[in-house]
Amino acid sequence: MSDVADRVKKIVVEHLGVDADKVTEEASFIDDLGADSLDTVELVMAFEEEFGVEIPDDAAEKILTVKDAIGFIETNAAA
Amino acid sequence: MFDLTGMTALVTGASGGIGSAVARCLAAQGARVALSGTRAEVLQTLADEIGGNAVVLPCDLSKAAQVDALVPQAVAALGQLDILVNNAGVTRDNLAMRMKDEEWDTVIRVNLEAAFRLCRAACKPMMKARFGRIISITSVVGVTGNPGQVNYAASKAGLIGMSKALAQEVASRGITVNCVAPGFIVSPMTEALPEAQRDALTARIPAGRLGEGTDVATAVAYLASRGAAYVTGQTLHVNGGMAMI
Repeated sequence: MSDVADRVKKIVVEHLGVDADKVTEEASFIDDLGADSLDTVELVMAFEEEFGVEIPDDAAEKILTVKDAIGFIETNAAA
Repeated sequence: MFDLTGMTALVTGASGGIGSAVARCLAAQGARVALSGTRAEVLQTLADEIGGNAVVLPCDLSKAAQVDALVPQAVAALGQLDILVNNAGVTRDNLAMRMKDEEWDTVIRVNLEAAFRLCRAACKPMMKARFGRIISITSVVGVTGNPGQVNYAASKAGLIGMSKALAQEVASRGITVNCVAPGFIVSPMTEALPEAQRDALTARIPAGRLGEGTDVATAVAYLASRGAAYVTGQTLHVNGGMAMI
């Protein structure tokens, strides 16, 4: 598992207060992890801060699963 | 009265009558306060009077870039932001048919748009902290209307609607969003009125007097307190009974 994936999962666990084993790459924030729309905004803000990337609204709308988040960050993050 | 020990606050328009009373009151309850406004010397005098619990952050709320920088500056100066008081406001009174575009724009930009920008910025640290108190100073005329003030009344009614919408968005994160709506408050503006006009004004107020800045400040301190956690999306009218809504 990549370093980015580890950090993304850690943020998801902390923000949503879910068990780490539930945070699989396929897990949907809303359907599987119980996030509401405000949670997803908070997650995006947390990802932006952690990885120093800017996630525009149209990209954020497409980040529905843990894998989506990891993919976006690996493609767009500077480090 | 309402213990705000350990809390931090940003007050806009802190050089004015109501704003300075709010800042003094929050500081007296134990909060550390960032004083914002356009008149730096007046703010500094107030900060000196309050003592170690105050910092000065000059800001022109008609300039979007300055507005967007204000909350980050407050967080940097205070370490966190628990309380935002949107108090700053301007008037450009005119009858609607005579009102210039810029009179409308200025009032909406300073009174409503700047408040929105500050709310948007403040929600970030408040959501992280799972705690926040946003209090906007609106006006009785935002609810009743007032001839000559279509712009001001619209901006103040706008604050009430905005606060209700935002209150619903962030309630689950421990953030409350409320308004305080003063009636006629003693200020340089009301002092300047001819005595006959001031008497006529007072006759409309069941309490028999104009309000003081401290009357408004006490309401703000209540809404800012931890005890007001279950009050959100509300407008608290502080008007001596002149309008019971």
